[in-house]
Amino acid sequence: MKIGILAVQGAFAEHERCLEKLGITFMEIRKAEDLQNHSFDGLILPGGESTVMGKLLHDLELFEPMKAMIKNGLPVFGTCAGLLLLAKSIENAEGNQEDSHFACMDMVAKRNAYGRQLGSFSLIGEMEGVGKIPMVFIRAPYIAALGKGVTPLAEVEGKIVAAREGNLLVTAFHPELTENLAVHKYFLQMVENRRESLH
Amino acid sequence: MVENRYELNKNLAQMLKGGVIMDVTTPEQAKIAEKAGACAVMALERIPADIRAAGGVSRMSDPAMIKGIQDAVSIPVMAKVRIGHFVEAQILEAIDIDYIDESEVLSPADDRLHIDKSKFSVPFVCGAKDLGEALRRIGEGAAMIRTKGEPGTGDIIQAVRHMRMITGEMARLQALSEDELYQAAKELAAPLDLVRYVHDNGKLPVVNFAAGGVATPADAALMMQLGAEGVFVGSGIFKSGNPEKRAAAIVQAVTNYQDPKILAKLSENLGEAMVGINEQEIELLMAERGK
Repeated sequence: MKIGILAVQGAFAEHERCLEKLGITFMEIRKAEDLQNHSFDGLILPGGESTVMGKLLHDLELFEPMKAMIKNGLPVFGTCAGLLLLAKSIENAEGNQEDSHFACMDMVAKRNAYGRQLGSFSLIGEMEGVGKIPMVFIRAPYIAALGKGVTPLAEVEGKIVAAREGNLLVTAFHPELTENLAVHKYFLQMVENRRESLH
Repeated sequence: MVENRYELNKNLAQMLKGGVIMDVTTPEQAKIAEKAGACAVMALERIPADIRAAGGVSRMSDPAMIKGIQDAVSIPVMAKVRIGHFVEAQILEAIDIDYIDESEVLSPADDRLHIDKSKFSVPFVCGAKDLGEALRRIGEGAAMIRTKGEPGTGDIIQAVRHMRMITGEMARLQALSEDELYQAAKELAAPLDLVRYVHDNGKLPVVNFAAGGVATPADAALMMQLGAEGVFVGSGIFKSGNPEKRAAAIVQAVTNYQDPKILAKLSENLGEAMVGINEQEIELLMAERGK
């Protein structure tokens, strides 16, 4: 099993440390060639700035091929900015979400939903299928509305902060900033299930 | 609680990694920077090159101007305070700034002490020329470090010197035995626990960016190859011929800093770079402010 990690900006190295601890092979995706010359079984979209990643995905010609892979059923785990890249729409966003972001997951996300840095926080929360885990929210979004096919997996103060739709898993918080590997294990199980279904 | 706040503040810097933080003086510039792919903007009234040209005392920006920039973009907004001016910092915290830069670019308010940053909830980034300086700032509560470089010159030599100094000193610390660390802490004039952290881990306990003199995609990639985790670009963008194109090129250069073919393409037809001044030609070395 090999995991691709979008490494154009943000906290991708932290996801790499998590995968190393789990003994999983990974590769960084920084340019179009990385998609052509290699194959991987799952994709991580890390935390960082979603506007930067959206722009770089286009400038580096990663957007269309990656979107096709995602639509084709590639398991994807998006944290924070990764959640925003996957959301079908973003509240109060300028421009067309479908042009700038993947917009593959049927939900409305709210960017900087807890305000600026002084609104960042952490707590221990419950995630369905994962259990009690530390959740770190950094200028985080939350999910304001879900489509029918999307299952909410965690709530904090009445707001949805983790969800799944088929091959897509998103968290508004950052499991990669903690020592707890449970969410990564959950995602790797999704990847394993897909690999088995393909064989 | 305070401990947790510091962790969250270090975490925000982790999210900025691999990104470019751009100096902007108006909401319009902030929007251009965001569109070009800036991971954060630094709101200030005058960019360093103009501060250098104008002379006089330079201070924290007008909060109304900073708020205008906060309203214009969704990315984090940083702003500068004078070294040691903790009231300017209180004011920026009151307007919900995302990061405070206690910066040598402004005129220092205290020639001995930096701000006790551990008293604040909002995060601070500070400049450093060497490892001792970096660890003293972290000891005071800085959640992010950047090289000082020489702001407003478009000359990369000082940022290179500072980055090489910091990485070289870290490598030397790593090679020391445990019982040598007490003396090393004394020589670096830095807290022992932080000296020990660097000895054990080979890196700073916070994110380290390059700043001061970055003017081209090649400059940005140079700093990344030397070990920077991201780049601040001040005067280099809005003092150049084509700010939008140059900004976008520097952003891509930071992502693909190890790919000369991509860097070559990015460096084509960017128009005029900022004119720049050599370090021998300037009278005021901002990097010498605050040790």
